[in-house]
Amino acid sequence: MSFLRRHKSLERHATLLLVASFVVVTIGGIVEILPLFYLENTIEKVKGVRPYSPLELAGRDIYVREGCYTCHSQMIRPLRDEIERYGHYSLAAESMYDHPFQWGSKRTGPDLARVGGRYSDEWHVLHFEDPQSVVPESIMPGYGFLLNRRLDARHVEDRVRVDRLVGVPYTDEMIENARADFLAQADPDADHDGLLERYPKAQTRNFDGQPELTEMDALIAYMQMLGTLVDFSTFVPDPDR
Amino acid sequence: MKRSRPARDSAPPEPEYTGHEWDGIREYNNPMPRWWLWTLYASIIWGIAYTIAYPAWPLLTRATQGVLDYSSRAELAKSIKEFEDRNSALDLALLETDLTAVHLDADLLDYALRGGAAVYRAHCSQCHGAGASGTVGYPNLLDDDWLWGGSLDDIYYTVAHGIRSDADEDTRFSQMPAYDGFLEPDQIDSVVHYVLALSGQEHNPELSESGAEIYAENCAVCHGETGLGNRDEGGPRLTDPIWLYGGSEDAIRETIRYSRFSVMPNWRGRLSESHIRQVAIYVHQLGGGE
Repeated sequence: MSFLRRHKSLERHATLLLVASFVVVTIGGIVEILPLFYLENTIEKVKGVRPYSPLELAGRDIYVREGCYTCHSQMIRPLRDEIERYGHYSLAAESMYDHPFQWGSKRTGPDLARVGGRYSDEWHVLHFEDPQSVVPESIMPGYGFLLNRRLDARHVEDRVRVDRLVGVPYTDEMIENARADFLAQADPDADHDGLLERYPKAQTRNFDGQPELTEMDALIAYMQMLGTLVDFSTFVPDPDR
Repeated sequence: MKRSRPARDSAPPEPEYTGHEWDGIREYNNPMPRWWLWTLYASIIWGIAYTIAYPAWPLLTRATQGVLDYSSRAELAKSIKEFEDRNSALDLALLETDLTAVHLDADLLDYALRGGAAVYRAHCSQCHGAGASGTVGYPNLLDDDWLWGGSLDDIYYTVAHGIRSDADEDTRFSQMPAYDGFLEPDQIDSVVHYVLALSGQEHNPELSESGAEIYAENCAVCHGETGLGNRDEGGPRLTDPIWLYGGSEDAIRETIRYSRFSVMPNWRGRLSESHIRQVAIYVHQLGGGE
């Protein structure tokens, strides 16, 4: 066991210790992280998942900005009680375009992975303004100020570009039309054909009931699409995963 | 007999001295306690065994599956199946029994009420309230005032198809027009007072009299000539003190000017048929069922 006594030389040379620690951490990293990039069963191919529309993306940024993730997770675990309450368990593919993802296991509020379509837009407006008006036992703070914060399309194109930079497959066409799509989605009178072709299942309407485009519109557009992209009536789970 | 440690014959062996000394404090190389070491070795063995038993080591295209063939999805499918098997007889009975006949079978009714209460808490309480007393815009389910009907079949239909739900073609639908701009402000005022009169509240008799004609032309189709409402159209009854958006003069004016209505999702597709029937039965017995 004489080589075990060699630790003396490691411990006495700061540089050597640093290099050796780095090697050890690298091995750990390679074993734990690298396989995720090539293993075929880590991300299952699922029909329906698409990048966020520009308005949904803006809503998602507001969600992150306001720290909604500190109380709400977006990850339904494969457990019967969670499925009965929230719906089908989340699939990895459903958050493949999330930067950053919104998974979590700490829930002060309910999981939101499938909140889309569960409540009406009016309910969301009421609830964001004053959560206790509809759910008296709730401890969520109000976000009524979102109704007064106008959104403009100034940075929309850049925002979409940034997501493309980190790997979200936005096409040139999507980037060219980002600004128009952003404005059209919350405008019930706009022409939505292009938007719907680029972002199937995108919901188009005036989400907050106000004439102006506000942060509330964007956030509700995001809420209402959460978990709605995959058609679970045709989805067949691979039991090996 | 008193138990005591045997006295040591000799002093413990001097531990190995590492040669380090700081201000008279010497560093010895004391071995770890035996039990600690064995725990370490045992956990190493456990760790290796675990990676053999469960999915773990990354290979070329996928990770090892593990000899136990564990998968969280299979585990889930098993637990769902177990649960369904346990309830399958009751579920089947619930699907085959006419909603109005469920109360004849005490066990079935008990099952439906317990299941319905759970479904209600998870899916309905956010709008209708944990105690089902509703809130502004979301009806109270405890009273006997029903917009679309309070029989078991009516409630069942509402839960299954929702109200003004875009995703369901058979949804219940009606939409009150916004009269702002369509009627003159003084005309709206007179209708407001007519409605106040209908509901037995304090009102201006002159205004309400002039409002009668406007009411008959514009409102009676859905709210009924005498204000009793019309369930086919989801038109609320105006003659009682129960209001969805408030019954004060201002609230009524706001409703007439801008029109207000809320949306209920269709739950068919989200909930199982059995769950929909359970929650319909649960809501029906809350107080106002017909």
